[in-house]
Amino acid sequence: MKITVADVEHVARLARLELTPAEKELFAGQMASILGYVDTLKSVNTDGVVPTSHAVPMENAFRDDVVRPSIGVEKALANAPDRSGSFYAVPKVIE
Amino acid sequence: MNIFDMTIHQLHGALKERKLSSVEATTAMLDRIAAVEPQIGSFITVTAEGALAAASAADRRIAAGECDLLTGIPLAIKDIFLTEGIRTTCGSRILDSFIPPYSATSWEKLRDRGAVLLGKLNQDEFAMGSSNESSAFGITRNPWDTTRIPGGSSGGSAAAVAARQAVATLGTDTGGSIRQPASHCGCVGLKPTYGRVSRYGVIAYASSLDQVGPLTRDVADCAAMMGAVAGYDAKDSTSVDTPVPDYGATLNEGVRGMKIGLPKEYFIAGLDADVQKAMSEAIETYRRLGAEFVDVSLPHTEYAVATYYLIAAAEASSNLARYDGVRFGHRAAADGLLDMYTKSRSEGFGSEVKRRIMLGTYALSSGYYDAYYVKAQKVRTLIMNDFISAFADVDLMLTPVAPTPAFRIGEKADDPLLMYLSDIFTIPVNLAGTCALSIPAGFSADGLPIGMQLIGKPFGESTILRAGYAFEQATEWHRRKAEITAIT
Repeated sequence: MKITVADVEHVARLARLELTPAEKELFAGQMASILGYVDTLKSVNTDGVVPTSHAVPMENAFRDDVVRPSIGVEKALANAPDRSGSFYAVPKVIE
Repeated sequence: MNIFDMTIHQLHGALKERKLSSVEATTAMLDRIAAVEPQIGSFITVTAEGALAAASAADRRIAAGECDLLTGIPLAIKDIFLTEGIRTTCGSRILDSFIPPYSATSWEKLRDRGAVLLGKLNQDEFAMGSSNESSAFGITRNPWDTTRIPGGSSGGSAAAVAARQAVATLGTDTGGSIRQPASHCGCVGLKPTYGRVSRYGVIAYASSLDQVGPLTRDVADCAAMMGAVAGYDAKDSTSVDTPVPDYGATLNEGVRGMKIGLPKEYFIAGLDADVQKAMSEAIETYRRLGAEFVDVSLPHTEYAVATYYLIAAAEASSNLARYDGVRFGHRAAADGLLDMYTKSRSEGFGSEVKRRIMLGTYALSSGYYDAYYVKAQKVRTLIMNDFISAFADVDLMLTPVAPTPAFRIGEKADDPLLMYLSDIFTIPVNLAGTCALSIPAGFSADGLPIGMQLIGKPFGESTILRAGYAFEQATEWHRRKAEITAIT
């Protein structure tokens, strides 16, 4: 399995990560080794096998649609890196 | 007897008979933490003031005649559990100053019964690791040999029990993160059936695999902790609404007539000789106690690690998308929104977390989704079917927890694949969603603990605890204590 620095850069962009040149080189090698290992799964015959997404089979868990107390604005914003009134503040999105 | 050497049951007896107060017990634990923490590094945060206040409150409850088994017992929990008003880092810089606005259900259940919180325990960053070396807050050392890792990711939870810094602890297990450190540190650890314990307020790593469980000095304490945290929680949509049995009530029933499976794929060539010897002796002990052994097969075992690292990494890449610097956690100085996301994440996450996010993103990306992610989910089905077939013939299975005793600090740090393979015997249980217990079953020639894994059927915690208790009554392994020496 060959993973190039360009592959790593593409995946990093999707994952919203910025890697140093050294990290890119390191991850290219390590991902190639890990993906080479997981390629052993290709030898398993899974024709007609249903994929499992959860260990316990369950339907959606519904609750009654009633208003309940919530933690409130001040508590919710207590960890905000930046706020403006009762909102989270972020850098300007639209010029 | 030192107060810090006591089990939950011993301490409860002393509290109930008023031989000891919870404040005295808590003070003894805090002193012990201060004494050995420089050598071990089990804790990220010690909550001394809150602990003493909770102990005073427990003493008042006890004086009023309310002495539940957990009232006044000093515990510690992995830093993955949200604790309202108490910093919760999950071992990551990105949550360095995060103060949760609410608490995890599992911790609330212990707290409501009067348990005292000594602090928050060290762990691999976001529970990703098998050695506690990926923590952003320093490594944890194995109390039995401080040049070795305690295991991970609940390494602090296991080391704190072994170093007698807490009477019992809570950890989480996604691919072996309770059982492997319990094995390496010589304590008891239980990974419950998926859905048995609420995951509400537990910072998510891989949501289809994560499960909360206790680490303790013996099986009776494990049953008590398990009974306290188990049960349905409307706040966790994957929690299962079935009654919680009294795990302590059936411990004494023995193993006579029990059928124990030995999966041949777990007793492979290359298994460490000391581990092999401990397993053989454990099998002999169980035979003597009247259990019957049956050879079984879990034919897809060799694919479990590959399956796990695709599924867990994929789920992690999705779960960890929430760390974007907007609502909580680290925010980097940046030009514009996208730059803020990218810089905050890149500065906040450590190397192992980035590697798994990258792997998961790759496995979920266009063109690879079917080949990797869906393929792994299909192999997961085959692994689950292996367990269903094997359990048609046996009540439980016995295996090693890890292929070797604790390895040296740094030994596998540069080779992620080698590190991942150390979880080969614990991962299949998470994929199958069932339960397993790790209990002390011997020591290596150089004095390192070796754990045995008892795998139960889904919701079969009572059976494996009962089998573990029978073994513990017949052996002395769990009584040995780590002698902590200064780092040389």
